[in-house]
Amino acid sequence: MSDHDTQRRQFLKTSLGAAAVAIAPGMLLFDTAHGKTEADSSKVRWGMLIDTAQCKTGCNDCVTACNKENGLSGGTLPTDSQWMRKIDIKDISSGRETSLPMMCQHCEEPPCVDVCPTGASFKRADGIVLVDRHRCIGCRYCMMACPYKARSFVHEPLHDQKPDVPRGKGTVESCTLCVHRVDKGQQPACAQACPNKAILFGNLNDANSEIAQKLRSVASVQIRADMQLNPGIRYQGL
Amino acid sequence: MKLLVSLLLCLCIPLAWATEANAPKLDIGKGGQCVRDPQWMRKNHMHLLIHQRDEAVRKGIRDEQISLKNCVECHASLKDDSVIAREDSFCAGCHRYEAVKIDCFECHASKRRVALVNKDEK
Repeated sequence: MSDHDTQRRQFLKTSLGAAAVAIAPGMLLFDTAHGKTEADSSKVRWGMLIDTAQCKTGCNDCVTACNKENGLSGGTLPTDSQWMRKIDIKDISSGRETSLPMMCQHCEEPPCVDVCPTGASFKRADGIVLVDRHRCIGCRYCMMACPYKARSFVHEPLHDQKPDVPRGKGTVESCTLCVHRVDKGQQPACAQACPNKAILFGNLNDANSEIAQKLRSVASVQIRADMQLNPGIRYQGL
Repeated sequence: MKLLVSLLLCLCIPLAWATEANAPKLDIGKGGQCVRDPQWMRKNHMHLLIHQRDEAVRKGIRDEQISLKNCVECHASLKDDSVIAREDSFCAGCHRYEAVKIDCFECHASKRRVALVNKDEK
């Protein structure tokens, strides 16, 4: 073997060694990011009990809180997004008037999920019905399927959305039960804002929760219970 | 001597890769490294974001560290609090250079939370 060859071999060896030394610290950077939070579980089913006796006609605080929390304009045109709205109903024979908030009822068997052609409309394990706007193509079948008229379509480009509530043109949206707050252990904005505490939020599946206990003790109804969608939002005093 | 030359070579080659002549100069905001090193992030941030978005939307697993919100919080410009407002903004600068359309911010907030809160109060 010539001297030249040995030198060459030596050079390659040292180069490789040096390369290994240079790369080694980089390898340490391949540390994985650890998730701290757990996935939502089917042991939980979030729901609400709305006491219409406590809901005052003309009071709009829950709707205002919803609009502020989610960055909605608050407009009521057919092309404006309304996640929550107040409804006044009157029984014609007796003249009894009732006021109640209406929004996505977070059905156990949601028709919006059944009809969605892309799988964008879905129900989380904890019962919250959402639109995955990454998959939504804006076909609006879900809006037609919803018996509660709970969903809205975003017609115009939006600016300065809330960091926790991404919204955008060309997709369908509705009440998320303030999922970003619920995941942090907080109450939905409407439940917190109601001055008469007419909206009780909690876990329907936990027998010891305040909402489950109240559902056991008072008469409550599901709206359009005949469709057997088993909504998570229940009304008392209708 | 040879050791020195080979060491220099090894250090210079990645350096040459890293500093491409026309690479965009970005306004990195507060900057800093919280997930991985910058070179790795340049190449792979989209995979982290897509993984995180599905976990967060569908399962409610919200890993704050790799959330888009957290990226914006640090990397939004200190001048206008945005990651897309100007030619050299953190996201827009590189995406323009690479000619990759970025549509995250049609829905997601492109400004840091403080800026939006201040705007609400005005």
